[in-house]
Amino acid sequence: MINRECGVYQTTYEGDMALYPLPLARYSTLGAVAILLLLPLALDSHAMSLANLMLLASIGAIGLNILVGYTGQVSLGHGAFMMVGSYTAALVTVRLGLPFWVGLPAGGAVAALVGAFFGIPSLRIKGLYLAIATLAGQFIIEWTINHSTWISGGVQSTLYVPTPTFLGWEINSEYRRYFMVLPVAIVAYVAALNLVRSRVGRAFIAVRDRDIAAEIIGVDIFRYKLLAFAVSSFYAGVAGALWTYYLKIANYEHFTLATSVSYLAMIIIGGLGSVLGSVFGAVFITLLPIVLVYVVEGGAALFGFKYAAIADFLANLRLIIFGGLIILFLAIEPEGLFRMWGNVKRYFRLWPYSY
Amino acid sequence: MAFFFDLFVNGLMIGSMYALVALGFVLIYKATSVVNFAQGDLVMFGGYIAAALVVLYKLPLAIALPVLLGSMIALGFIVERGVLRPMVGQNVISVVMVTIGLSQVFQGSAAMLWGAQTKSIPLPIPLEPYVIWEIYISPVNLVAALVSGVFLVAFAWFFRKSRMGIAMRATANDQQAAMAVGINVRFIFALSWAIAGLAAALGGVLWGNLIGVDTQLALVGLKVFPAVILGGLDSVPGALVGGLIIGAVESVAAGYVDPYVGGGTKDFLPYVLMILALMVRPYGFFGREIIERV
Repeated sequence: MINRECGVYQTTYEGDMALYPLPLARYSTLGAVAILLLLPLALDSHAMSLANLMLLASIGAIGLNILVGYTGQVSLGHGAFMMVGSYTAALVTVRLGLPFWVGLPAGGAVAALVGAFFGIPSLRIKGLYLAIATLAGQFIIEWTINHSTWISGGVQSTLYVPTPTFLGWEINSEYRRYFMVLPVAIVAYVAALNLVRSRVGRAFIAVRDRDIAAEIIGVDIFRYKLLAFAVSSFYAGVAGALWTYYLKIANYEHFTLATSVSYLAMIIIGGLGSVLGSVFGAVFITLLPIVLVYVVEGGAALFGFKYAAIADFLANLRLIIFGGLIILFLAIEPEGLFRMWGNVKRYFRLWPYSY
Repeated sequence: MAFFFDLFVNGLMIGSMYALVALGFVLIYKATSVVNFAQGDLVMFGGYIAAALVVLYKLPLAIALPVLLGSMIALGFIVERGVLRPMVGQNVISVVMVTIGLSQVFQGSAAMLWGAQTKSIPLPIPLEPYVIWEIYISPVNLVAALVSGVFLVAFAWFFRKSRMGIAMRATANDQQAAMAVGINVRFIFALSWAIAGLAAALGGVLWGNLIGVDTQLALVGLKVFPAVILGGLDSVPGALVGGLIIGAVESVAAGYVDPYVGGGTKDFLPYVLMILALMVRPYGFFGREIIERV
């Protein structure tokens, strides 16, 4: 948010340590929450579904950023941890008949356990080797879920979930689903902000910056690496579980390696080591294909092409632009959208008297 | 027992094809410390170019092959120059991510240029399998193994004897020292990408002939990870040994286990093997152990 910092004097440590120490930041945060709450009044059903997708992606991206951006452990298995959460939620609901607000933490908890297990190799290996180990995790989890009928019973490893209800209120429209997803997203966001400025968060950052040095000053790196995997996978699990209740279906095809890659792309484009950046990245990657369709459709209509003729072209163009954007961002602005946002803020801080 | 040897021998031949792809991968890692997640996509691109040259433009194989090799070498140079060079000195995740971005670009552009439907690369190889001691050997696999073998031997020679090969080893060993003795390190980087492109071109023709050319061909690149982890990320003999082990293990396991679990062992077991290898011996059979200091 855009802040004015002059004339602010903190007289207590609590005031100085507050999440938003400046009055204007507090007001603008409240304003943002108010806008989020009032959004359904302004948008139609299609736009609401986009908003839902962005919120869902944000939860997963924040989780991945805790692991990759804050703790420095590269993971290519985020999609698989979401898959664990998704199927857990579906099983809890279908087999045990429990409501969605039990399924969400259950999905998160099981995903956290699985994530911590696949984080064990991080004790001995890091960087590239860890990226490859988590890639193995992705394939192993995918195969296991796909091949055990106990988990993924049903045709083509698909589980159908009944419409979730909350206190007898059926969550059956995009508007209602928005109010299922939004609170979870806000809790996830605030929890992450608070986590990274706590003792645990500082330990994560120490492990990221120099793990051997961190160990020497007394950070138990094995514990914190596993904790980072668990927390990140908990987020992934909750996001996966929300996907299940949102789509009313659990299917492994939503959580393949491509999903893991696109979540990595979100946090890199958004900004590594930034909670707000994860949200920016999630919004960007979610909107990218949709904006692309509009642009290309408009361009095609100009030249008189039919949509069917360009569908293939569009799918491939999406891949090229997606890959190209990742390369461009890494070459030009490695710190991502969050840094750009920061630059804009810095410009306006002294506006209109900037140098 | 014949069944076992049948699986084993054919697995080894598949393994030698993995080794070919792994070689390009190891080469890039050794010389430039970049883990190339786009190696499989380079292979796919090579396969696409081969299929386009032979099937679409109806060139005879004798002309198509040099054109293919030349264009893949050029592609390797371009990729190094345009994409990887700005990333020198960036952290690991950025470099990994750049190659992942590169792989998306390759997949999109291959499908856009030549279509997503599966193409075949017709090679003048008989289809009848040879039978030696009750072991069925398909000629395609045999040719593939031979080409891989020749290429790997040529490489071993190149690294041991040729001036350029020795310069590449020196660069891999210590970049600054290599610069100090007058080796053009930038050129070596470009060269290793070009050679990786060459290996990918051959891999693309062989794999494309075996399983058909479409964007799925890029998945071969993911199978290479278990091979290079087993052998050691920075070891050329390791790439060969790792590739052979993975090929043999997945073939034998698929033959014996698949009927019980409903298929797919091939896509599963190599990764389990890899995780175990990472836990026991993270730097592989022949990889150089990195000692870290604060």
